[in-house]
Amino acid sequence: MSDEPQQRPTRPIDVRSVGREHVRVDGRAKVTGTAPYAVEHDLGELLGRELPLLHLWLVTSRIAKGRIESVDASRALAHPGVVHVVDHTNAPRLQGDDEPELLVLQTPRVSFRNEIVAVVAAESLEAAREGAALVDVTYAEEPFSAELTDSTPTYKPDSVNPSMPTDTEEGDVDAAIAAAEVLVEETYRTPFEHNNPMEPHAAMAVWEDDPGGGSRLTMYDSTQGVHGVRSAFAPMLGLEPEQVRVLAPNVGGGFGSKGVPHAPEMAVALTARALPGRAVKLAVTRQQMFSLTGYRTATFSHFRLGADDEGRLQALEHRVVEQTSRLKEYAEQTASPTRMMYAGPNRRTSHRLAMLDVAVPSWMRAPGEMPGAYAQEVAIDDLAVRCGLDPVTLRERNEPEIDPDTGKPFHDRRLVECLRRGAERFGWADRPSEPRSRQEGEWWVGTGVAASSYPMMAMPGNTCRVEALHGGRLAVSIGAVDIGTGAWTVLTQIAADALGCPTEAVVLRIGDSDLPSASVAGGSSGTSSWGSAIVAAAQAFREEHGEAPEVGAVTTAAAEENPEKERYAMHSFGAVFAEARVHRWTGEVRVPRLLGVYSVGRVVNPTTARSQLLGGLTMGLSAALFEEGWRDPRFGHTVTQDLATYHVAAHADVQRLEAEWLDEADTVATPMGSRGIGEIGIVGSPAAVVNAVFHATGVRVRDLPVTPDKLVGQL
Amino acid sequence: MRPFDYLRPDDVATAVRAVADDPDARFLAGGTNLVDHLKLGVARPGLLVDVRGLPLHDVEVADVGGGTVLRVGANVRNSDLAAHPVVRREFPAVARALVSAASAQIRHQATTGGNLLQRTRCVYFQDVSTPCNKREPGSGCSAVEGFARYNAVLGASPECVTVHPSDLAVALAAVDASVVTDGPAGERRLPVAELHRLPGDAPEKDTVLEHGELITAVELPASPVAQRSTYYKARDRASYAFALASVAAGLELDGDVVRDVRIVWGGVAHKPWRALRAEEALRGERFSEEAVLAAADAELEQAETSPGTAFKVPMVRGATALVLGRLAGGGR
Repeated sequence: MSDEPQQRPTRPIDVRSVGREHVRVDGRAKVTGTAPYAVEHDLGELLGRELPLLHLWLVTSRIAKGRIESVDASRALAHPGVVHVVDHTNAPRLQGDDEPELLVLQTPRVSFRNEIVAVVAAESLEAAREGAALVDVTYAEEPFSAELTDSTPTYKPDSVNPSMPTDTEEGDVDAAIAAAEVLVEETYRTPFEHNNPMEPHAAMAVWEDDPGGGSRLTMYDSTQGVHGVRSAFAPMLGLEPEQVRVLAPNVGGGFGSKGVPHAPEMAVALTARALPGRAVKLAVTRQQMFSLTGYRTATFSHFRLGADDEGRLQALEHRVVEQTSRLKEYAEQTASPTRMMYAGPNRRTSHRLAMLDVAVPSWMRAPGEMPGAYAQEVAIDDLAVRCGLDPVTLRERNEPEIDPDTGKPFHDRRLVECLRRGAERFGWADRPSEPRSRQEGEWWVGTGVAASSYPMMAMPGNTCRVEALHGGRLAVSIGAVDIGTGAWTVLTQIAADALGCPTEAVVLRIGDSDLPSASVAGGSSGTSSWGSAIVAAAQAFREEHGEAPEVGAVTTAAAEENPEKERYAMHSFGAVFAEARVHRWTGEVRVPRLLGVYSVGRVVNPTTARSQLLGGLTMGLSAALFEEGWRDPRFGHTVTQDLATYHVAAHADVQRLEAEWLDEADTVATPMGSRGIGEIGIVGSPAAVVNAVFHATGVRVRDLPVTPDKLVGQL
Repeated sequence: MRPFDYLRPDDVATAVRAVADDPDARFLAGGTNLVDHLKLGVARPGLLVDVRGLPLHDVEVADVGGGTVLRVGANVRNSDLAAHPVVRREFPAVARALVSAASAQIRHQATTGGNLLQRTRCVYFQDVSTPCNKREPGSGCSAVEGFARYNAVLGASPECVTVHPSDLAVALAAVDASVVTDGPAGERRLPVAELHRLPGDAPEKDTVLEHGELITAVELPASPVAQRSTYYKARDRASYAFALASVAAGLELDGDVVRDVRIVWGGVAHKPWRALRAEEALRGERFSEEAVLAAADAELEQAETSPGTAFKVPMVRGATALVLGRLAGGGR
């Protein structure tokens, strides 16, 4: 029995279940409320012993920058039920300084408002919360800067997320702009946006010291990657990776905010370390999520587009200004879609960051692509208006023959097909070319279009183990995480097809760092990365053990990188069409129709894929019309910090919403033929809505969100 | 949250006495707002007197002072009141305001009396880490120079610029409804339009009620303007959002001449804003969109705006034209 992973090439799978609708294997547990989430588990049951349970509550800073002068926990400790208070004076020490965001309670330094300054552990949730209110902290406050404006000083980061060049330049942009017959020179802005999965960031942990020496941390965590949490936490806690076990069988959404661990999870681990032998659990509040779990920076996109009189782009310039936190740099790759989307011989992109004393920004669904494509696709609409061209035609006219960014051929670029099919489905041909042409009762009505793209990503570091069980069943194990996307289901389908067995024969095991290593559920890479490892292990298993394996037969394998991939620029594409209605008296905007047509490779499961794409479109609609974190520069934190004041789309806002895809399979990308679908739905959709609002009203709003106040009085 | 005592009396006198005798006591009705405040630390009472056991659950037609009113018990749920056939027929503005508020789940929980006594959703009021004169008198108003989108444009003071969030209160004011209260000084009636107050230099007081004074009922008198009334709420999203601006209005026409009119605005002041100047400008005039806009403008001369609130003037003006236009056209 070998458990050593072997790197091996994969063959495209023969699809039987893949490509067909398959009911969610976890659906019944989810809808009946029996699927446990992070703080609903029983660690004692997992470990087979009685564990006392304590509830945690975070105390957060009342200043944006400075030093803690004193922490007086005496009133808190006197409150009935409060057991312990951890602060920087008594917290266990963490090692290393690579992850400043995770160095919780290590110094008296305060780097942003609402940073964690103490943790209260108590026998009840209510006692922990009241205890937190009773911890008295005094500060020495320092001047700080928390406001991003056009005049905020900026710097050039070394690279942008994940590791892209900060700036790019080709040709002579200034000369081409000067010579252009049609020019767009505008600034497009997106606000602070906050991931708000239904399940907040939450964790439950126990630290156990073995009498024979050695320690062990066991943790249920609401995370997008159990191995990522383990590899981040183990060295900081002075443990080997094997001494840390992270479990996440069900996760109630993440949208990138759970892609890397954030401070609250470390606060849980640290408190567990301080209280060995006791289970501790924490769910951050909705309000705390606006400061402690990542968010999307506001972006200012300064665009210059120069075209000839037929709309052919001669110059594209996209200069991005955005912000990061002083505690940890995060550089959103906002100009990335501009580098590859349209042809044009002269091009320049750049990113500059303001370093502010604010909460740490991080990944939010389609980082870079979403705000960047918003700016670009509204700029293209501006250009279409100035050229007097239909915006679909303008986009077709600027199709590049090769990827302008890498110079490689596109593997399977089918944007024009998406645009044409969407236009036909949407009834685009009937669209009046002039804006402000259609009024129905109290409403101005218009339509808009935008293109979308998302890079095909697959992560290294995935291994899968296949083992024959009794009764002809096969255990397929990989530490992947289903964050609500359908991974439980699609990985079962992929495993079944790769093994050539029915889905009922597959016993899928995921969501546990004791399983073979898996990469994060992020970057739309999960199914591609984990699925390829599953295919590699399944194919190796059949080669080693045949069609009738002995019980206990086991194979562990990882997928070799497909050498073909290096030859191509690989992206998914899409076209989004929106209808907007704008109330002539109040400026209220409603979107009765939103359609996305996508080229994403083979769709593994139409049921779960449609949910992903519709969810992305909904989030794009929400960004277009509602979402805005309003940071008060006097205090340094986002004051719209609940779902009553930070608006996301409600059910009534989502009307006729449709997603469809081209019938295709991309076996160069993955042996499943799929390319990833988690993020592309939010790309382009905000611009489609904003372009439709312009077409309805003739009023061009370039700053998201398009709230009624930006329209009323001009209609 | 701070531990508190809890009482659930079954008669009004006991409830009133329990709160009146204890400065640290609060009434608890549906809890859709107060329970949030307990969690956030906005309210830290020592005693909660739950009024849901009181016999205030009925909607009935009653004779009061020679007229007929619809008497609504304070415990009647928002969802039940919105669906009540007499409310839908005789007071459509009230039914519309109710269904435009919150979510179905919250409307099932929230009560008539509680709705009127909900407190502002000003982000600073709800964040105990920031100054707020309403929550902590004398600490300052963070909203004046802060997040302004939901600030008042009428009747604000330097001490407080927030608005009252209730939709129901706006509609009740437009149909000349009264609240009936019971308190240490006995029973009294006052118009809904006089229940809430402007902030002045005491923004901690939302209403004119005394400590221990309990709303027991709301009375809605039938009238032509009530029967031909409606409510429109302008907001960012299509549901589950507080008003950027709202209008409750009733209209009685004699041919095309305005015999009587009620215009009350929400989302613009610390109380439902009865647009008396606008009503006066319209009464006796020939109805037209221009006349309505001119009337709204007359009222809005008093508006004081900031860059963050300037949009409310054209919005409430437009919503007024919309609502009265619908009523004049026979719609609701």
